[in-house]
Amino acid sequence: MNQPVQPKINVRGIRKQFGDLIVLRHIDLDVMAGEVVALIGPSGSGKSTLLRCLNLLTIPDNGELRIGEDSFVFGKGSRLPGAKVQASFRSRTGMVFQHFNLFPHMTVLQNVMEGPLTVKGMSKTKAQELANQLLAKVGLAEKAQEYPDFLSGGQKQRVAIARALAMEPSVMLFDEATSALDPELVAEVLQVMRDLAREGMTMIIVTHEIAFAREVASKVIFMRDGVIVEQGPALQVIDQPAEEATRSFLSHFHTRS
Amino acid sequence: MYKWEFGILWNYRWILLDGTKITVLLTLSVIVLGLLVGLIAALAQLSNFRTFRLGSWAFIELFRCTPLLVLLLWFYYALPILLGIEMTAYTAAVVTLSLYGGSFYAEIIRGGIISLDRGQTEAGLALGMRPLHVMRRIVLPQAIKRMSPPLMNQSIIQFKNTSLVSVLAVPDLLYQGQVAATDTYRPLEVYTIVAIIYLLILVPMTAFAKRAEHKLNKSN
Repeated sequence: MNQPVQPKINVRGIRKQFGDLIVLRHIDLDVMAGEVVALIGPSGSGKSTLLRCLNLLTIPDNGELRIGEDSFVFGKGSRLPGAKVQASFRSRTGMVFQHFNLFPHMTVLQNVMEGPLTVKGMSKTKAQELANQLLAKVGLAEKAQEYPDFLSGGQKQRVAIARALAMEPSVMLFDEATSALDPELVAEVLQVMRDLAREGMTMIIVTHEIAFAREVASKVIFMRDGVIVEQGPALQVIDQPAEEATRSFLSHFHTRS
Repeated sequence: MYKWEFGILWNYRWILLDGTKITVLLTLSVIVLGLLVGLIAALAQLSNFRTFRLGSWAFIELFRCTPLLVLLLWFYYALPILLGIEMTAYTAAVVTLSLYGGSFYAEIIRGGIISLDRGQTEAGLALGMRPLHVMRRIVLPQAIKRMSPPLMNQSIIQFKNTSLVSVLAVPDLLYQGQVAATDTYRPLEVYTIVAIIYLLILVPMTAFAKRAEHKLNKSN
């Protein structure tokens, strides 16, 4: 008998409004463990907001969210999760930002150690060991003692990925991780993400790198105006989009490299 | 031509020195306490709770927009009558100056905190840190560099503000100067010396602060 496999992430009816602007209208989304989901769409489509809702950096107005064992209901009659609950929830998801957001007053090593040290209460020796291991993994072992200001954009983003991985998250969220990079630095970051995907990490990636999405993602979701227009296997959505809106958006990109 | 007579002041060296001690001690206490008050008021201003924001706003405006001399007199004379709180002149001076300075520090600290890129806070939160942790480990260490020049400036003003406590007969430098001036009928000499003492303390202090600031900037 086949046991029905429960998705890792459940999103039901998520809605978000900033002032008069409705950014997310009614988002339903399921992500299976180990799946790599690419969120694509024009700017202002709500894909970054959706990603931020997934780790509560933005609190949805309505809807339900479940990741693993943690679930939340938003809207009238439901209480906002407290700071403590939010924090422990976020510690189980890793987030990588467009502008890296490394801590400039700490060395690269300290940046990666910060989460395990302050959130998990890991010992300094252990945290350092873990951090060195992760820096080696993203190819930056020799930069451990540098300050972020002395790194290139691509190196900064790889440190940011190591920092997120140091919390040993079960899901990684990437918010336009390569959009702020010079073109020649994009590849090194994509390579790290590709490796992570291969290791079976559950990943949700907001990206404009359509070719990368096609190659690495198992599922592609096209969003516009706060709704999911189309979703499906990456090759299908990108090579044979069913919707006109998807087709017209994709026509701006060279999808085969 | 006025004939200067500084020699006569030699007899008053000890009381002027005592006054200087009181002034320095008073300044140190009101800077430390004021920074504490300022930090709390600034954090309350940035809080999610309306009551905290409102309370902090009321405190800051009340103290920022009232003359210090009026506050000093009010705390010393009105508080015992209205609330039955008796304070020595020295305590009243410390309390008033700390709250007054704190209201200015609060705005400097708040400004320093909000000037920091929001992404820093978000990165901390995304790791699973609690808001106060983020403040202590990520935001404040960076914001303090931006705050230090205006905080220094405000502290210099605080130092000079302590001279007002002489109206409560707290024996600070200015008060002792007044004693010497009425004794000797030599106010010109006395107040010149008093001014020079203030200058001699503050100039090295500002130079020291400049160097500390420079070091802080280089460390990043």
